[in-house]
This record gives sequence, structure tokens and C-alpha cells, in this order.
Amino acid sequence: MRPLPELTPENTAFWTGGERGELMIACCDDCNAAIHPPQIVCPACLSRNVAARAMAGTGTVYTCTVNHQPWMPDMAVPFALAVVDVDGAPGVRVTAPVLTDDPESVGIGQRMQIRFEAAGDVWLPHWQPLGAGA
Amino acid sequence: MTMTKATITGTGMSTIGRNTGRPAMDHLLEAAQQAMTSAGLTRDDIDGICTYPGKADNSPGMSPLGTGEVRGALGLKTRWHSAVPDGPAQMAPIMVAAMAVMTGQARHVLCFRALTESSSQSAGRRASIAGAGKPQIGGWLSWLVPVGAMSASNWAGWMATRYFHEFGMTREHLGMVAIGQRQFALMNPAAVMQKPLSMADYLDARMISSPLGLFDCDVPIDGAAVVIVSAADAARDCARPPLRIEALGSALRSAETWDQRPDLTTMGAHDAAADLWARTDFKPADVDVLALYDGFSIFVPLWLEALGFCGHGEAKDFIAAGNIGPGGRFPTNTGGGQLSGGRLHGFGLLHEACQQLWGETGARQVANAKTAVCGMGGGFIAGAMLLNRD
Repeated sequence: MRPLPELTPENTAFWTGGERGELMIACCDDCNAAIHPPQIVCPACLSRNVAARAMAGTGTVYTCTVNHQPWMPDMAVPFALAVVDVDGAPGVRVTAPVLTDDPESVGIGQRMQIRFEAAGDVWLPHWQPLGAGA
Repeated sequence: MTMTKATITGTGMSTIGRNTGRPAMDHLLEAAQQAMTSAGLTRDDIDGICTYPGKADNSPGMSPLGTGEVRGALGLKTRWHSAVPDGPAQMAPIMVAAMAVMTGQARHVLCFRALTESSSQSAGRRASIAGAGKPQIGGWLSWLVPVGAMSASNWAGWMATRYFHEFGMTREHLGMVAIGQRQFALMNPAAVMQKPLSMADYLDARMISSPLGLFDCDVPIDGAAVVIVSAADAARDCARPPLRIEALGSALRSAETWDQRPDLTTMGAHDAAADLWARTDFKPADVDVLALYDGFSIFVPLWLEALGFCGHGEAKDFIAAGNIGPGGRFPTNTGGGQLSGGRLHGFGLLHEACQQLWGETGARQVANAKTAVCGMGGGFIAGAMLLNRD
């Protein structure tokens, strides 16, 4: 069984924004720093005025890997895992599997669009190559 | 300038292996007895104990023993004990033990690491996935495991992909790391991998998490290693020349995450290593032997750069020039490392570095080795240590 994230006051916006199709990233309302993983205080200016904002949901692959090893009995391989610089949130990356039939084609610099899949009480992010699919 | 008055006086390692079927405590007792004998100490001299991470069940066989069980088994009456799950990587118990002896909490601290990951995997419980089988997971792992990045090979794969992209490293460069360490392993009867490894073998092996293949990953084993940290004044009476802990480095300037560090061609290692050199007059050129964490081959070039043996992006050429293998100027992981010797979470590497400084490594001995640098950890966790003998 694959564990799901424990929901906390800090991370609930991120893990449930997918219900509305929204990539929610914590931001500082005072200095505008983007904060990930989310926390209740801004590490840049120590403001407590931190709230999650909906991002455009796009980004650029910073790095990636293709996982070939089935770490659990029900794991279908291979699949690509991309670490993506999120548009509108400088310094923040969101890591997720890539929705593609050709995992080897995923590469640094590729543009991506967020997609979500419900799992238990959360919505897990996935990256889809921009321009591909719906 | 000597920062610390702590020393290493003894080391021991059990007969490690795959699927040994031996209980963790059996391995631990073998390593502890060896370490006490090598230091010329008895259990009555041991007044401190420390381990990383402490008894933990987050993945099977990863840490089956805590300080309490080992104190009980050895009948220790300690003045100080601690386990360090949250610290400068696998170096943490050595570091806090050094601080303990320097502040007079203890004179001889038995630091240990025991694993039974091989037997646990064979029992059908996948060892290397943290949180597997639990419904929910928290902390930094919660940003990785639920999205399918379950294995550290994925996280290391990201670093390798980015490093390859920026600096033109290829799989052959990492192959040279794996092959060099295998050549050392063939000179070390205690290493688990005892067959020669060719570049073709390396490149043909199955992919695990690109660009890392099977031989880029360390080998789960059953085993234990012990390092005894002693106060300098208490070390004078020990059986072997004390190895002075010349400097320690454990700085960490980025967050507790594997994917958010601004430059993923660097690691926490870079922060810790910079702090290490700031605390000593020794330079990389003074080092005779290196012990660099090799849970994955890509960590070795990153540690080489972190420690300043070459510049950022230059490790591929440094490795290709033959610097780190047998006969090289900076022999690294001379016991075979974890890639060929087995994964003792850094303690096997520490054991080998100490044995080198005592001149006890047989065919793979580095002539007149007096100074060793040890860099433990990958990703955001890192601890560095410089050892020196007279």
C-alpha cells in the first residue's frame, strides 16, 4: 500500500486544491515569497501572514528520472518522476509523476501542466507535458 | 589548530553478508568485541554509548537495535547515552560522542550501527522504502513517497540527471566509480561483492532509476560496525595510536528536502564540507585516504567537489584521470565502499578509514596513510570529519 500524506493545517490547501484543479502554493502576503513545503511562517521575512494561492498550474522541468524498479507489488513501471519549477512561485518545485506513454521523452526544460487524481482524502498532483492530451 | 580533543581508539565490523539469518545483536556483539579488543579496552571501560538512528521500524531491518538493548547485552553501566536520528547524517553519533568526551560526560563511547536489511528483504518485506505499508506519512517523506518517489534511488537519480545535464557527465564516469570500488573490494575479503566488474557489466545491468543502474546502488546486507570515540587523555593508554578528530563539519544551509535545494548539483555535503575546512589548517592536498558516502555512485563526485578535491563540475575529469581508484592520488572507499562492500550506512566506510590509518588493510593499504577525510550522507543530510594520526 502506498502511504498518503498526513493532512496538517499547513499542507491541506496543497493536497486538497486538486478537487478544484488548483495548484495551491503557500505565499507570504507581506513579502510575496513562495514557500514550499508550506509552513505557517515565512522563512524570508518571518511574517505570519502566510496563505495558499492558486498558481497557473504550469511549470518547467528542473530535473527528472525514469523509475524502472517496482518498489511495491502493484507498481507499474517504468514511469517518469519530474521535479518542476512552478510558474509564479520562484524557488518552489513540485515533484510528481508524469502522465505520458513515453517516460524516456521527459527532459529538463520541458513545459508541464498540472493534473490531479483523487486518492483517499487528498488529490495527488501529476505533471502532463504541455500541449499533450486534454 | 586542533579543534577537538576527541579521538577514535578502536573499530570493529562483523562478518557482514547477504541473508545471513543472524540476529542483529549477534552481528553487533562481534563488532563490539572486535572494537574493544582493537582499542585494548574491556566493557568495563566503556562508559558511553551512541548510535544512529536508534531503534526504528520505518523500514524493516534498517535499525533493529537501540542503545538500551546493546547496553543490556553488554552489561554496560554508562554515564552517558544517546541515539541521534535527527542530525548530521550517519556521522551524528561520532560527532555527539566527540562532544560528550570533550565535555567530560564519558571517556570511551561505543558508537554502533547495525542493519539486517538483507534478511528482512528476503523475508518478503521490502526494506528500503520508508513508510511502506503505513496508511499515512508525514514530514519530508510526505512530499516524495505519496507521489511515487518512494526510493532514494529516485531522489539521487534527479541529482544525477541534473548534474549530467549541466556538466556533461555520462554513465561511464559513474561506472568508473563503481568499477574502482569493485577493484578495491577484490582486495578486501570482507566485501560482499567478490566478482570483477567490467564497464560492459556496469552498462548492461538493469536500470533502477535513470540514469542510475543496478551497480550505481549500494548493496543491502546484514552486519554491524562499531567505532569507539575516546577522550584524548583516556586514549593514551589504548592499544593503537589514537586517531585525532582534527575537525568536524555539519553545517546545513538549505531546507530539509531532497527536491527544493536551489542547486541540485550540490548537497548538504557542500555546506558541511565548507565548515570542516574552516575549522582546520589542513587542506585537501594533505589527505591520504577518503571515505565518501556512496549509497549511490553519484554521491561520490558530489562529495569530491563538496570537499574541494576538484572544482564544481570537474569531478568527471578528476575521476577519469584515475585519482580515486586503486593506485590513485586520492584513494576513495578503499574497502569497496557500500557499492561493493555492503551498506552499513557510513559505518563501514568509517571502519575502513580507521583501519587504513592504522595500517591494517593488507593488499589495499595506502602507504603511510596519516590523514583521512570522511563525508557521510546524501541529499540534505551530511556530516564531515577529518582524522589524523601522528
